[in-house]
Amino acid sequence: MKILLLSLLLITSIFANDFESATQELVNSSTKEKFKIIEQLSLTHSQDKRLILLFDALLKSKLFYKKSDQTLVFLLKKDEDDYYTKTVLSSQVLEVMNKSDFKKVRTTNRLRSVIRNKLSELNLILGDDTARMDAAKNISNNLNEDSLLLIERALLKEKDADIISILEENKLIISAKYGTGKVQEDAIISLSDSLSQVSLQVLQEIQEGSDEKLQSLAKESIAYIKEGRSFYSYVEKAFFGLSLGSILLLAALGLSITFGVMKVINMAHGELIMLGAYTTFTVQQIFPNMIEYSLLISIPVAFVVSGIVGILIERFVIRHLYSRPLETLLATFGISLILQQIVRSVYSPLNQVVKTPEWMSGALEINSALSLTYSRLYIIVFAIMVFLTVLFVLKKTSLGLKVRAVTQNRPMAQAMGIRTGLIDAITFGLGSGLAGVAGVALSQLTNVGPNLGQAYIVDSFMVVVFGGVGNLWGTFIGAMTIGELNKFLEPSVGAILTKVLVLVMIILFIQKKPRGLFPQKGRDAQD
Amino acid sequence: MKTTFVKRLSIAALLAASLSAQAADTIKVGVLHSLSGTMAISETTLKDTVLMMIEEQNKKGGILGKKLEPVVVDPASNWPLFAEKMRSLLTKDKVDVTFGCWTSVSRKSVLPVVEELNGLLFYPVQYEGEESSYNVFYTGASPNQQAIPAVDYLMEESEVKRWVLAGTDYVYPRTTNKILKAYLMSKGVAESDIMVNYTPFGQSDWQSIVSDIKKFGSTGKKTAVVSTINGDANVPFYKELGNQGISAEDIPVVAFSVGEEELAGIDTEPLVGHLAAWNYFQSAESKPNSAFIKKWKAYTKDAKRVTNDPMEATYIGFNMWVKAVEKAGSTNSDKVIDAMVGIKTPNLTGGTAEMLPNHHLTKPVLIGEIQDDGQFEIVSQTKEVNGDAWSDFLPGSKDLISNWKAPLKCGNYNTKTKQCLGDKK
Repeated sequence: MKILLLSLLLITSIFANDFESATQELVNSSTKEKFKIIEQLSLTHSQDKRLILLFDALLKSKLFYKKSDQTLVFLLKKDEDDYYTKTVLSSQVLEVMNKSDFKKVRTTNRLRSVIRNKLSELNLILGDDTARMDAAKNISNNLNEDSLLLIERALLKEKDADIISILEENKLIISAKYGTGKVQEDAIISLSDSLSQVSLQVLQEIQEGSDEKLQSLAKESIAYIKEGRSFYSYVEKAFFGLSLGSILLLAALGLSITFGVMKVINMAHGELIMLGAYTTFTVQQIFPNMIEYSLLISIPVAFVVSGIVGILIERFVIRHLYSRPLETLLATFGISLILQQIVRSVYSPLNQVVKTPEWMSGALEINSALSLTYSRLYIIVFAIMVFLTVLFVLKKTSLGLKVRAVTQNRPMAQAMGIRTGLIDAITFGLGSGLAGVAGVALSQLTNVGPNLGQAYIVDSFMVVVFGGVGNLWGTFIGAMTIGELNKFLEPSVGAILTKVLVLVMIILFIQKKPRGLFPQKGRDAQD
Repeated sequence: MKTTFVKRLSIAALLAASLSAQAADTIKVGVLHSLSGTMAISETTLKDTVLMMIEEQNKKGGILGKKLEPVVVDPASNWPLFAEKMRSLLTKDKVDVTFGCWTSVSRKSVLPVVEELNGLLFYPVQYEGEESSYNVFYTGASPNQQAIPAVDYLMEESEVKRWVLAGTDYVYPRTTNKILKAYLMSKGVAESDIMVNYTPFGQSDWQSIVSDIKKFGSTGKKTAVVSTINGDANVPFYKELGNQGISAEDIPVVAFSVGEEELAGIDTEPLVGHLAAWNYFQSAESKPNSAFIKKWKAYTKDAKRVTNDPMEATYIGFNMWVKAVEKAGSTNSDKVIDAMVGIKTPNLTGGTAEMLPNHHLTKPVLIGEIQDDGQFEIVSQTKEVNGDAWSDFLPGSKDLISNWKAPLKCGNYNTKTKQCLGDKK
């Protein structure tokens, strides 16, 4: 025994070089050697804060070395090809150098996941609030008997309630898996409150085991967990449906004004959406340092850009074609091709990169079975806000009154002294501007390219027709129904069949109720 | 009025005649890539590559003392239009060779025309295999040069046990996934550990699919996604992965259709660490590659333009064709096709590409990890692998081979029954 210990000590002393030289070995080592170095470093320097910085840089691909003298450096900032760096060992800030002077310390996915695990072990004790949170979550992915010690050590110091609850759950999982007797049984019973996949998995392993008492306990807990998870999976589906619905709503709102209220079949509607998305791109190009606010700036700008284009289309083309729907359709289709080609010539046929602001990426984690992505959340809120605004404008303002008057009875409105031509232009501009606003939102979810509009034009018409032409609430309900229908069908029949089924359902529905969900009533509804 | 019309007509006829007389002194190269529609994003680049190669060859004095003359047509991402344009290239413009097509649908649509008129087509994109035509040279990868080595890499390097095969719904992903599924099951992967998912072209709402993948991947066994998702549907897919908190370490995605060009159109932050399998990466370090990149940037007058795998395939195909024409001393299809087999040219990754008797190439397989600058870091590179027209993992094509050299001269020869199933020349 003594000899064994001694030899162990010896081995560690051979490997236990000081931090400096061990780190330096990272420069010219193969992936396999790197595994060993990482393992060694985390054994010997677990109290060293420098190690956290080092691992963190490795994870984020920010560890480089100078080609000339192999000095390890952290990449602090890069500006095009200029690299701002700091040495790892002496924390000395170096002068700005070109990208080609450095080489990255390579990592692979597997190496990174090892590093992440090591880092979370370090961070769980030494890290700040967010680092400890991440570490606690990460540790649940690979729990073993040894983790128990670490978790208990962390729990002693931990003050944050959320982190404590995660750690407690991890402790339960370990007890359920490796514990014995009463401890194990209690852990299995308590796990029924959990919702996480890891707990479920451990319980399933126990259920497949040989102990009958444990089996029945595990079975009970599994039933609880599954019930909880299936509830949240419905909530998740409903959220997905809502988010798809709100995208459809945004895309269709403008159309429900131009097509629904004015009865103009505008095939260029999709391209007005595209213009909105390109406006966002342009805004980001002009203010490259204000990505966080770029969306907020883009909303009014896109409204104005698309609105003006819409007014121009109305004044120069559609005005001459009122009450000739077929010609309007052809003319606007031509305009849509022209707009696409203009964008292709100005911006190139390639897709453009629209950056996502920090506050829109990531997800809001409700619990371990449900997390909602921020981008979708914001878009749902945004869509509803836009909808309410449009509703307000049409129902409560004098402009809205005039719009409704003109579209319901043009000669009578004219006789009342309303300048119908002006109202036509403004209404069309409003509808087009809304398309532009939709484009801003879509730029965050899909590709910004010349064909962006084509993908949404059919869906938009579908929503408006389904909801009932000329009824804003119809558009709202229509969009949400189609969204939910899609998302509840998709998991069971697949994305392709879902599209087909939804179309078939709408066709059948229109057969039964040709005027949609909420048909317009009254005398003017006949034409 | 009438006389002027006749006059004009005759002038036009004269002009046309003189044009065609002039054209006889050049070698015509057809370029059949979509310049508009959904595929324009990818295909325009290849058109430019061919034009660049032609310009360069002309600077060297052309081939056989004749200048090359490009004939560019736009099939507009419209599959039947590909066949029409091909016919007009072969009958009206009388091109000697055509470089073209991207999607498998377009190639399938062009195929009968090329065969009927005995044309010559170079197809530069990775595809699903299960095809061999006398008149077509496949300079992209076949499944055994891309999909299978990629899966092998994940099995060995990341010890992946559960597989999601996600693809766009058309012939290339469907066939590739069929081959992959058969291959995985031959390696002992249970059917319940394979999830297959198809989505329409241009899918933009990936919420529920990504959520399903997340659930499928959280059973404790290491999971990976093999993606044959095509074109710009990839961008929202990766974005959604990032938003739902799936990183490359949890569930790596290996893609067969995401290259430098596609990455140039996206914010690469959420993609870092995900993988792609190709036969070429711009980051490959070799002399011909840096020369090629330099030329390309100069030609496009854009210092940020990237190169990609289908461009390398076009580059190899073009160089091979030039060599074959010089060897044959003629641009006659049959002579060039005969001369093509066995031709070797350097590829851009430091090796050599050889045209095999089955009209496929030898290619190295490279696996790259996506970096935040939109480039790939090569994490694995194999020796040159022979392209296989007929997969060894599908029951229908296991026994088939293709060899266009005499005496076999057959695209689908059954080695068991010793019969040629059709296409014999």
